[in-house]
Amino acid sequence: MPSPRYWREIPARYRLEGGRCPACGKVTYPTRRVCPECRHEGMEAIALSRHGRVVTFTTIHVAPTEFQMEAPYPMAVVETPEGARLMVQVADCAPDDVKLGLEVALEFRRIQREGRSGILCYGHKAVPAR
Amino acid sequence: MAGIVGYGAFIPRNRIKSEEIARQWGKDPAAIKRGLMLQEKSVPGIDEDTITISVEAGRAAIERAGIDPQLIGALYIGSESHPYAVKPSGTVVAEALGIGTDVHVADFEFACKAGTEAMFVALSIVESGRAKFAMGIGADTSQGAPNDALEFSASAGGAAYVFGKDHLLVDVVDTYSFTSDTPDFWRREGEFYPRHGGRFTGEPAYFRHVTSATRAILERTGLKPADFRYAVFHMPNGKFPLAAGKELGFKKEQMETGWIVNTMGNTYSGSSPTGLAAVLDVAAPDDLILITSFGSGAASDSFVLRATELLPQRRDRAPTVRSMLDGPRRYLTYGEYAKYREKIIVND
Repeated sequence: MPSPRYWREIPARYRLEGGRCPACGKVTYPTRRVCPECRHEGMEAIALSRHGRVVTFTTIHVAPTEFQMEAPYPMAVVETPEGARLMVQVADCAPDDVKLGLEVALEFRRIQREGRSGILCYGHKAVPAR
Repeated sequence: MAGIVGYGAFIPRNRIKSEEIARQWGKDPAAIKRGLMLQEKSVPGIDEDTITISVEAGRAAIERAGIDPQLIGALYIGSESHPYAVKPSGTVVAEALGIGTDVHVADFEFACKAGTEAMFVALSIVESGRAKFAMGIGADTSQGAPNDALEFSASAGGAAYVFGKDHLLVDVVDTYSFTSDTPDFWRREGEFYPRHGGRFTGEPAYFRHVTSATRAILERTGLKPADFRYAVFHMPNGKFPLAAGKELGFKKEQMETGWIVNTMGNTYSGSSPTGLAAVLDVAAPDDLILITSFGSGAASDSFVLRATELLPQRRDRAPTVRSMLDGPRRYLTYGEYAKYREKIIVND
C-alpha cells in the first residue's frame, strides 16, 4: 500500500471511524461522500464499536506476497452493532474456528509491511471474543 | 499529589511452554522450571508488536479512566522493541487512541525499566501542571537469542497508565530512582538479539539496584515491608523477584499477586507495569502497594502507591490481567514460535 494512501485512511483504519447518513441512518465503513442508500450528500463521522459478529467468511490459501507468512488465514465480513460491515482478517485462531455468528473483538494489529524497509501499516483484525 | 486515574494491560494469546523450548535445545525442562520458575511465556502473533500492544493497553486505561482521550497532553512509551529504529511508536498510538495532535509524545528506552520511566515522566508532567492527563506505557515483544537462557523468559505484553490529579484510582505517595553504570545486559545498534553478562546480571545488577531503590523509598516514606499489602518487583525470571523481596523483608503473600512471570514470561519494559496492573485488579481501598522496576545498564524506579475508594468501581470496565493469562490461549510448537518471532530466514 503506498504510504500517502495509508496516511489518508488513518481515521478509518486506526479508530474505526465510519459514516452515518443524517437523512436515513445508514452506517457505512469507511465513510462515503454520498449515502449508498438514499443518495444524501454528506455523512456524519461515527466511531464504530470494537466488536461484532461474523456474517460470512472464507479462507485464503494463496496469499498476496505481503501475507504469505500468514497463510492459510480466514477473512470475514464482520457486522458491528451499528450495522456497519467490515472485511477483516481473523487472527489468533485456525480457519476452522471461524463460524457464522462468531462473536469477535476488533483488535489493533499490524496489517502489512511495505517490504523489509518500508513503513508498517496498522489497522484492525477480528479475533474470537475472549 | 497526582496519581493514577486509569490503567490497562494487554497480553497476546499465543504461548509456548518451557518444555517445548527445552526439547528443541536438548535441555532438561524440569531444571528450567525449577531453576527459573517459568512454566510458559506469552508470544506475540505475527501481526503484534509494541505499537499494537500499547494501543490495546491504552484503550483499556482510557476506559477505566472514563476521560476524553483528547485531554491527554503527553504520551510516553517505554520499550526495547520499538518497531521502527527511526519513527516513534507514540505517534501511531496517539492517533489510534484518538488523543489528537495537541500532545507531547516520546519513545523511551532503558532496557526493562523503560515502562516505569514513561510512567515517572507522565506523572511528573501532570504534577508540574503542564498537562491535565498524561499516559505512560511499558510494552515489549522481547528478544531472546535461540538457545540462550533468555529464550525461556523473553515474552510479549504491556500495561498503560493514565495520570491525573482528580478522581484518582491510586494515589502516588512517593517515587525514587537508583541509577548506576552497570554493563549487565545490552544490545548494540543493528544487533538483533541482546547480550548479557550471565551471573553478573544478578548481584551487582538486579539485586543491588532493586534492593537499593526499595530501601531508599522505604526510608523516605517511613514505611516498612509489613505496611504493604502488595509488592511487585521486576520479573526477569521467577526466582529473582522472590529472592529480592525476601531479602528486603517482604513475604510471599505480598508478592504472589503481581508475580505473573511464571505463565507470562518477562515482558521486559512491560514486566513490572503488568504485574502492577494484576495487583490493581484485586486491591482494596487504602491498600499500600510497592512497585520496583529494574532496567539493565542499570537502574530501578520505585513507586509507593495507595489504592482509593474509586479503584474497585472502575476495574470492571476493562479485562483483568488474570483473564488474559488464564483465558483462551494458543500453544505453539517451537517451529511455529520460530516463524512468529521471525527466527527463520526466508526470501523476500
